[in-house]
Amino acid sequence: MTDKRTENLATRRDVLASAGSLVGGGLVSGLGLATISVAHAQAQSTPAAMALAIHKIAGEATVKPGKVKLDMPPLSENGNSVSLTVTVDSPMTPANHVKAIHVVTEKNPQPYVISVRLGPRAGQANISTRMRLSDTQIVVAIAELSDGSFWSDTRTVIVTLGACLEELI
Amino acid sequence: MNAVRKRARWLAPAAVLLALAAVISARAEIPLAERRSGYADLAPDTKAMQDDDTSNPGMLAVLDGEALWKTKAGNAGRACADCHADARVSMKGVAARYPAFEPTLSRPVNLEQRINICRTERQQAQPFASESKDLLALTAFVGMQSRGQPIAPPADERLRPFLDAGREAFSRRLGQFNLSCGQCHDDNWGKRLIGNIIPQAHPNGYPLYRLEWQSIGSLQRRLRNCMIGLRAEPYEYGAPEYVSLELYLMWRARGLPAETPAVRP
Amino acid sequence: MARALINVPAKAKRGEVITIKTLISHVMESGFRHNQIGVRIPRDIITSFTCTYNGEEIFQADLHPAITANPFIAFTTIATESGTIAFTWRGDNGFSAAESVNITVE
Ligand code: HEC
Ligand code: HEC
Repeated sequence: MTDKRTENLATRRDVLASAGSLVGGGLVSGLGLATISVAHAQAQSTPAAMALAIHKIAGEATVKPGKVKLDMPPLSENGNSVSLTVTVDSPMTPANHVKAIHVVTEKNPQPYVISVRLGPRAGQANISTRMRLSDTQIVVAIAELSDGSFWSDTRTVIVTLGACLEELI
Repeated sequence: MNAVRKRARWLAPAAVLLALAAVISARAEIPLAERRSGYADLAPDTKAMQDDDTSNPGMLAVLDGEALWKTKAGNAGRACADCHADARVSMKGVAARYPAFEPTLSRPVNLEQRINICRTERQQAQPFASESKDLLALTAFVGMQSRGQPIAPPADERLRPFLDAGREAFSRRLGQFNLSCGQCHDDNWGKRLIGNIIPQAHPNGYPLYRLEWQSIGSLQRRLRNCMIGLRAEPYEYGAPEYVSLELYLMWRARGLPAETPAVRP
Repeated sequence: MARALINVPAKAKRGEVITIKTLISHVMESGFRHNQIGVRIPRDIITSFTCTYNGEEIFQADLHPAITANPFIAFTTIATESGTIAFTWRGDNGFSAAESVNITVE
């Protein structure tokens, strides 16, 4: 098999073991199920690692909530690909613009996701990409403005797991 | 297999299931008017991914397929395009009527197998391996020429026994969970299972980009995954059992528009 | 050569903010996964993406293993003049890919 997916094996095993009983119960009773991944995964970055990553980005500056809007689906269909859009409220003029946008997470193996550099020529501070989420967790977008201030927005994304899988786990 | 060891964890829930599964009463096939593509069950951002060709990663495979279509290969030194010219014309609607009966083999072949027949007999080249990048790319490229066309399984009497075998396989209980495909996809579609909406299991988007795979894959790969999910032993790629299932799924999806290359979670 | 899909409007009005969408085929092997016998699969990702407009850099991104396979990146720019918008991706194991598109600005 070309696609070996063992990245979050620990998470999946735990979840599927409990999901097994739900499969039967849910289908039989005809109840809708919305079980989510809440198990702990191993070898992951921690909130502390995320805090350190944010410190590396912002240095001594305080990162204030505001100006930034992080758009992500609250419930992701598959943690392998979660869309995200970051928009920053900025006139994007030479005097007042967004210099950089960073995205970091709490529980992936590493806190870093993407860091972009942009400037007034962007016209708008608006970027989109797709990211992996090993588990249900917090994602933070941070914008660095030309005046040296840092702003952020935070989202929690719940990750569901596929039912029909590649390997028996 | 190490799978056997891992399976131990499943025994308890599976036992519960065995007891309860018997209670489910089988319903009839989904009425034609209620059928809907798996697209209908997608989250808005996954729909958006499929809707826009420049954000659908399945299109990368289509581009690869288009390049292969024009590449000379094999002892014959011919490209697909040398015989079939413009795929937009020659391949339009073709994928929508596969699997089709192949007289030389006295059985149906799916689109991948049909492409490999041209590969070996017309190009005199080595067949592409199942699920290989090149076979998926060519199948996606040929498949896309039917995008928007209704699924139209051939009304060919010779297919009848294979269609019946596929229908029978769809309603046969499988694996440790002792569930049939139909118990989920006919009787419980639209409900949630481990957070996923159970779709009606239509084959109209394949090959497609599955987020779980992080790549494009065939309908057989998808069927394999559902069988593994049921703790049933999957068939080998290319097995006639899959082709019969594919044939039944196409018949069941008749009239739905082809979406290749679709996107699914 | 990696396959890429670029979406830039062929024509734009001067001063208009246009959206640029890019998609490139790449496994983005995270380096955190193990194969079936427990051996770590080495990291193989795209690490940087750059966009220039008539030679001037207008956007740059550092990518990490948390970016999906077949990375998708969309951003905006002001259509300033006709010319070439060029894209470069670089990554592990000497990976490098380049694409460019023309734009007419009226
Ligand atoms: C030397 C000429 C030749 C080449 C090269 C060739 N084909 Fe064909 N192909 C044919 C002919 C003739 C038929 C129909 C007759 C038959 O049943 O064999 C056919 C049938 C098909 C069909 C079935 C069409 C239908 O209406 O059911 C598909 C799909 C197809 N080819 C795809 C391909 C692809 C993809 C390639 C390149 C890998 C290819 N062919 C290369 C001659 C060729
Ligand atoms: C326990 C319930 C269950 C059973 C039994 C089951 N499936 Fe599925 N199937 C699902 C779920 C849930 C999904 C979609 C979620 C996912 O992607 O994991 C799915 C997806 C599919 C799809 C993809 C549909 C699309 O839009 O692309 C196909 C095809 C399919 N199943 C076929 C089958 C076949 C054939 C069988 C019997 C061998 C089967 N399934 C058995 C639950 C089931």
